[in-house]
Amino acid sequence: MEALYSNLAIFVLSLLVGVEVIGKIPSTLHTPMMSGSNAIHGVVIAGAVATASVANSPLGYVLTFVAAALAAANVFGGYVVTDRMLQMFTRHAPAPAVTAPAAPVATNSKDPS
Amino acid sequence: MTLFAFVIGVIYLAAATLFVVGLHLMRLPSTARRGNLISAGGMVIAVAATIVFSLINSGGSWIGWLALVLGAAGGAAFGIIRARTVKMTDIPQLVSIFNAVGGGAAAAVAFADFVLHTSGARLDLTSSIPIVLDVVIGSVTFSGSLIAAGKLQGIISGSPITFPGARIVNVVAIGVALAAGVFAIVIGDNILFLVVVLVASLLFGVLMVLPIGGADAPVIVSLLNAFTGLAVAMAGFAINNQALIIAGALVGAAGTILTLQMAKAMNRSVLAIVLGGFGTGDSTSSAPADAQDLADVHELTADDVAVQLAYAQHVMIVPGYGLAAAQAQHEVAELAKLLMAHGIDVKYAIHPVAGRMPGQMNVLLAEANVPYEQMLQLDAANVAFDNCDVALVVGANDVYNPDARKPGNPVSGMPILDVDHAKSVVILKRSMRPGYSGISNPLFTDPKTGMFFADAKKGLADITAAVKEYVPA
Repeated sequence: MEALYSNLAIFVLSLLVGVEVIGKIPSTLHTPMMSGSNAIHGVVIAGAVATASVANSPLGYVLTFVAAALAAANVFGGYVVTDRMLQMFTRHAPAPAVTAPAAPVATNSKDPS
Repeated sequence: MTLFAFVIGVIYLAAATLFVVGLHLMRLPSTARRGNLISAGGMVIAVAATIVFSLINSGGSWIGWLALVLGAAGGAAFGIIRARTVKMTDIPQLVSIFNAVGGGAAAAVAFADFVLHTSGARLDLTSSIPIVLDVVIGSVTFSGSLIAAGKLQGIISGSPITFPGARIVNVVAIGVALAAGVFAIVIGDNILFLVVVLVASLLFGVLMVLPIGGADAPVIVSLLNAFTGLAVAMAGFAINNQALIIAGALVGAAGTILTLQMAKAMNRSVLAIVLGGFGTGDSTSSAPADAQDLADVHELTADDVAVQLAYAQHVMIVPGYGLAAAQAQHEVAELAKLLMAHGIDVKYAIHPVAGRMPGQMNVLLAEANVPYEQMLQLDAANVAFDNCDVALVVGANDVYNPDARKPGNPVSGMPILDVDHAKSVVILKRSMRPGYSGISNPLFTDPKTGMFFADAKKGLADITAAVKEYVPA
């Protein structure tokens, strides 16, 4: 019961942190954010590890294999694809050949957020 | 608690901190990538700690570890290869697939824990209840996400798929799953009941997503993402692993907030989306719009468009799904660069739900090296439209429909881009076919609008070629 209580406390507090931590996300980042949080639930691979350590029957081995394969796809794929998306946001000056001469655009004060 | 278990627990807390900091940094474009890497760091230490703990406390055999290594190697190879090779336009499907496998893994972990206890001691309620919940949520997410991915990929029709009595079958499926779940909990050592839970939940996942329109699929993917988080947290309860509980709850909550924000940006309620039946998807088979007389349409050629652009001072490009579908992000960026080199101010007006998934358009343009500063979000763009000479709409339909300001139609109340405030409008799309709302856009026949009917990629290339004729190199 004690273990359950502390687990429940951790669960509820983590839910609250989850609600608070992301706040208002610009729609620009909705896709990477979804993908990034998707990668975090790949932590289930730790569950697959725990499962492997106690498996003792053919069915247990099969389930370990399935859990490990699915979880590994989730965690590796999730982080790699999120990083691929985000590196496009942080990439600096585009290829100089094409943009260099651009006359400073006389424009109003629109400032992207 | 032994000292060793305590140390593992502290490492889990450190990992949880990194997850939270990482998620927090992902709110801003400038820090988002670092946030993702920090979150990955948390993942590495959480998994490493679990491996050490499990090796030392292992009660199983080497076969279990072999199964783990083989499975993980295969899964990692699949995940990394797909993540590295996927086209940017296909990201939503891939996220959905990763979501499916996460839910499936959570269900498998819980199932394995149940199997472990069927031979020996009776399972505690504090384990069996989360196990059943995990199998239900995990399986629903698994099959539901695969169907959503199929809809996004176009393998499964984007139109809502319904059949008579679908709702009843749905209720029966979830009812059977829950009833079998109760038996599994009460009886405690019979795998059969848990198998019934699994099958009924898988069926429910399929039936839940099939009636949802393809255009709403991204919101469903996000919702299922939150579900997977909860499934993983349940797995954590079942096997008493705090890393799973914390990370799962974080994703469950963050994913729910994200889902609500996405739905809000689309002016849809999550409930309405889940109930389904809205939208025709954007399959080419949807009914042609003949409500509008083609005679009212002012049709342009690439040359006409080029002249307008070459003599403009402020140009606003409004990219939509058509641009993403035609993979025309590089062509549009090239046109913009050409105009800018000629001293013309070019900006992009990005609607929150332009494209297939909120934020996808920004990713595509970023891929084509468009600086982030040129992409204006809704409010900034609408200020700029008042001062805009030519608004060039590429493959978008609904996000600038002025009818949204009037009540009583499918887009009513949706925040729109004020494209009609520009001095003149050029709309590049393949035909007069309406977008996923299924209604026509009065701007198509507005006197200041010219329509250029072409595929986005080819049309933009033609315009670029024509502009080169008018601007000195």
